[in-house]
Amino acid sequence: MSLLVVDRLNKRFGGVWAARAVSFSLEAGELLAVIGPNGAGKSTTFGMVGGQVEPDSGAVVLAGEAITGLPSREIWRKGVGRTFQVAQTFVSMTVAENVQMALVSRRGGTRNLVADTRALHREEALALLDGVGMRADADRPVSELAYGDVKRVELAVALAAAPKLLLMDEPTAGMASKERAGLMELTARVARARRIGVLFTEHDMDAVFAHADRILVLVRGEIIAAGTPEEIRRDARVKRAYLGETGTKAALRARREAVAP
Amino acid sequence: MSGGDIVLEAEGLRAAYGQAQILFGVDLALRRGEVVALMGRNGAGKTTTLKAIMGLVPATGGRVIFEGRDVTRWEPFRIARLGLGYVPEERRIFTDLTVFENLGVGRRSPAGGRAPWTPERLFSIFPNLAEMKNRRASAMSGGEQQMLTIARTLMGNPRAVLLDEPSEGLAPVIVEQMADAVLRMKREGIAVLLSEQNLNFASAVSDRVYVIEKGSVRYEGKTEALEAEREVREAYLTV
Amino acid sequence: MDLSFLATQALSGLASASSLFVIASGLSIVFGVTRIVNFAHGSLYMLGAYAAVTIVPRLLDVSYSPWMFFLGVLASAVAVGLVGVTIEVVLLRRIYRAPELFQLLATFGVVLIVQDVVLKVWGPVDIPGPRAPGLRHGVEILGERFPAYEVFLIVVGPMVLALLWLLMHRTRFGVLVRAATQDREMVGALGVNQALLFTATLFLGAFLAGLGGALQIPRVPASAQMDTAVITEAFVVTVIGGMGSVPGAFLASLIIGQLQAFGILVFPKVTLVLVFLLMAAVLVVKPYGLLGRPAAAGHAVAPEGILSLAHFGRTESLLAALAVAALLAVPLIGDAYTTKVAIEVMVFALAAFSLQFLMGVGGLVSFGHAAYFGIGAYAAGLLATGPLKLPMEAAIPLAPVFAGAGAALFGFFVVRLSGIYLAMLTLAFAQIVHAVCFQWVEVTGGDNGVVGVWPPAWAGNREAYFYVVALPTLAAILFLRRAIYAPFGYTLRAARDSATRADAIGIDVRSHRWLGFTLAGAAAGLAGGLYAFSKGSIDPTMVSIPMSVDFLVMVLVGGIRTVAGPLVGAASFHALKDFFMPLTDFWRLFLGASIIAMVLLFPRGVVGAAEGLRGRMRRRRGPAVARPA
Repeated sequence: MSLLVVDRLNKRFGGVWAARAVSFSLEAGELLAVIGPNGAGKSTTFGMVGGQVEPDSGAVVLAGEAITGLPSREIWRKGVGRTFQVAQTFVSMTVAENVQMALVSRRGGTRNLVADTRALHREEALALLDGVGMRADADRPVSELAYGDVKRVELAVALAAAPKLLLMDEPTAGMASKERAGLMELTARVARARRIGVLFTEHDMDAVFAHADRILVLVRGEIIAAGTPEEIRRDARVKRAYLGETGTKAALRARREAVAP
Repeated sequence: MSGGDIVLEAEGLRAAYGQAQILFGVDLALRRGEVVALMGRNGAGKTTTLKAIMGLVPATGGRVIFEGRDVTRWEPFRIARLGLGYVPEERRIFTDLTVFENLGVGRRSPAGGRAPWTPERLFSIFPNLAEMKNRRASAMSGGEQQMLTIARTLMGNPRAVLLDEPSEGLAPVIVEQMADAVLRMKREGIAVLLSEQNLNFASAVSDRVYVIEKGSVRYEGKTEALEAEREVREAYLTV
Repeated sequence: MDLSFLATQALSGLASASSLFVIASGLSIVFGVTRIVNFAHGSLYMLGAYAAVTIVPRLLDVSYSPWMFFLGVLASAVAVGLVGVTIEVVLLRRIYRAPELFQLLATFGVVLIVQDVVLKVWGPVDIPGPRAPGLRHGVEILGERFPAYEVFLIVVGPMVLALLWLLMHRTRFGVLVRAATQDREMVGALGVNQALLFTATLFLGAFLAGLGGALQIPRVPASAQMDTAVITEAFVVTVIGGMGSVPGAFLASLIIGQLQAFGILVFPKVTLVLVFLLMAAVLVVKPYGLLGRPAAAGHAVAPEGILSLAHFGRTESLLAALAVAALLAVPLIGDAYTTKVAIEVMVFALAAFSLQFLMGVGGLVSFGHAAYFGIGAYAAGLLATGPLKLPMEAAIPLAPVFAGAGAALFGFFVVRLSGIYLAMLTLAFAQIVHAVCFQWVEVTGGDNGVVGVWPPAWAGNREAYFYVVALPTLAAILFLRRAIYAPFGYTLRAARDSATRADAIGIDVRSHRWLGFTLAGAAAGLAGGLYAFSKGSIDPTMVSIPMSVDFLVMVLVGGIRTVAGPLVGAASFHALKDFFMPLTDFWRLFLGASIIAMVLLFPRGVVGAAEGLRGRMRRRRGPAVARPA
């Protein structure tokens, strides 16, 4: 049984198809990248899996259980961790507290009015931070960290719920080049070791081709290609989609000669 | 940078959204009357480059020189008044206003004795707009709105224009009109720096190309040269 | 009720709708362009009335004609417009990027200043204005006499609407205002100097406020209480209509005018409550008002509140213990006056601390925290003096229960909103409570309140009552402090820092905020109950806007980024107020100027500034710490 099965998801905004019959599946321990030009429907597809966007029709099934249309905090409880394009952390807390907060929520203790939060689940949080190489920074305010490290903390927070599936929206956006490879290697290592499926969107093709097991290409809400990195690299339609519509090329050239002096 | 009269220049331009750094030192130059395409995949930093030049995103490092003056960290309205026009990606027309009123917001008298742009002159380039000049902009199609943003910026009689993703999301026939409009600006002596993902559009209108990736410029050259440079294209523009 | 009566009732509703619209349209236009809710708009209205009762009689002395009357009205409006320009240039221009709380408070500082200036210039006695020449008669409508001036006012509203429409659609200024209301940043990128546009907009807004005030003089005398009464109504109109929408303000004015005209027939005591209930209902169904829409491209402001949770070390714990010991020793060594001040300081410290719990931890800016303080005070007072005649020992514990219930009821709606709308709704709810206390004379004693709220004999002397106050306030403060450090406080802070992330780790943001709101309300209610028995009486000032503002100032003086700051803030603010207020006739002017100075100079408060200083010194000594980008 596949970890995640997405079956014919449809979503229209106004008259525009943001997603049209989007279907794919994802195995435990697998890294699946979703790529495509701007406005291709990546965020919409992502949102429908993560619970931010309700699909018009279609189904999302996680480990055999339908999670279609559930609110995102319910989907989190079913075992889906998330990271965001612009890292979302609790900026008034330390690195460890960010992770502890997720652990408190997982154990249902957010209404506790008396316990000292610093002492709760601390060892577990440190272990998670150890896993992303941030243990040494556990007691620093997260607001002081370099952005690459913030992204690592976010990954630790996402892992705190022992998720089956990680949704990562442009994990390397906003990072310096040298930090990017490190984060993706870390993600791949963790995912394979813990048998977590990873669904991610990404603009950095180095990151995609180096780490994804499979790639989906979305254009105008539809999957135009799916396959291994090698297959995608060879796909002529994918290349065209990235470089623009060929149909207009001749017209534009003719016009250029006609108009320009 | 050799030859030509440089109207706009960015040197080591850096910019960030909060903690997320987007530009890691962008260098580029735009000569008078030239059309330059800033190419790269989405997320590469094209839009942020244009916004940082315009002062809409604060530059965290580097300089922007326009018309020989250091305009880094100037307020956008002062940069606009110096003669730099800006056409945003999301169009951002004033939907509550009519077409005519939208043009009115952009109106500024030209510096120097050039013939100013008037709604009538603009309507000759964008005939669609003339027909709907009293219509609310919210009732226009996406392509018409895109034309309007360009016309609105031209009303400010700019000497150079930043044009963000002009062909994105437009039907092929509108893309052609857009190419017309860019070339028309060039003939009027307006320098254009446009961000673009579509190689065909870029090769139809631009003289030179910068390719940007992960927030810095990776390639610079004549547009024809890029068309021949298969490796560059494959590396930075496609997958 | 015959037809003619209904007709005149409807007409008088239209007349007040007209007046309301003239004022509210100015507020709405200013908000649309500057994104600042101008509390001082009511003050500008009041200045319009005072200017008119000064200018118009002199002009009528020159020549008694309708023209002179209206010339005087216009001149007054222009004068007020220039005051608006001054406010923009001196103050607003510096706070466009400040958090909403600071903007509201700063403009409220202007309200306080204007109140004292008006008292100084025009004196405390109401000044009646002349009636309008040519409009002094009555007209017969379906057999009922109706004042001609009211008919004139009915016409003024649509006339102003039409003129505004022309201004907004036929002039470049108007087109720019409409464009800026939608997308300020883009207007700037097209070369429009925002500073000039904003100044001109403030002139227009202030002109309309002044015009509204000046037109009132034949109906009501100019008085120093005109400002707060009108500003809440104008707030309600702009919120219901949609902030920034002039047609929305017109529509909302019409609805409210009729609601008041007929509401008074059905529920004579609760017309204000009806109005606020309408507002709450509209906001829940249409969070941006009838014709409003979400603000496009507004500026993002970092959360203002506790940014790093300091923990007490040995020294701090020792100091805190010493402070508590010194406090508890006050009745033993201090005089009666010191003990009285200490009691009040403890009460206000709890109230301010509960507000800090809401704002500094939860990020929920409440502009009406006095509501819960007041519910507590009234509940305790009325339970003790009313038919139940409960003893103090029962009345005070019930105060937080009532206040908590009130906070739960209002909070249910409040936590659905954010930003400026949230602040406005808290203010509106506080005004509902105020209106009930003020208008329900049979039960609450109205303006006079209720006296005889005294502790029993064993707690009758001040020293004994001190300890009656000290134990619950200290316990409540310690409890709330504990909650800040506990998972619940962390959860509130998490939701404030990033609601997106909180949601993504399974936190139900809304229900936690609701609980936090209720808890803070209950704590404020306890403070209110204790306060009632220390004063021996209750009255509507305990639920008034100035009371809410006092709490906000205490929090800000102490520093909204610190945990203990609001306690220091409450102590220093109340001690200063108690000391200075009897000495000066210009307490409000002094307070208003201080608020403005504080917002401009020390937005982080006294304790915050001290911590900043300490941090800088530490950094200079220790190794360099990376600063966030």
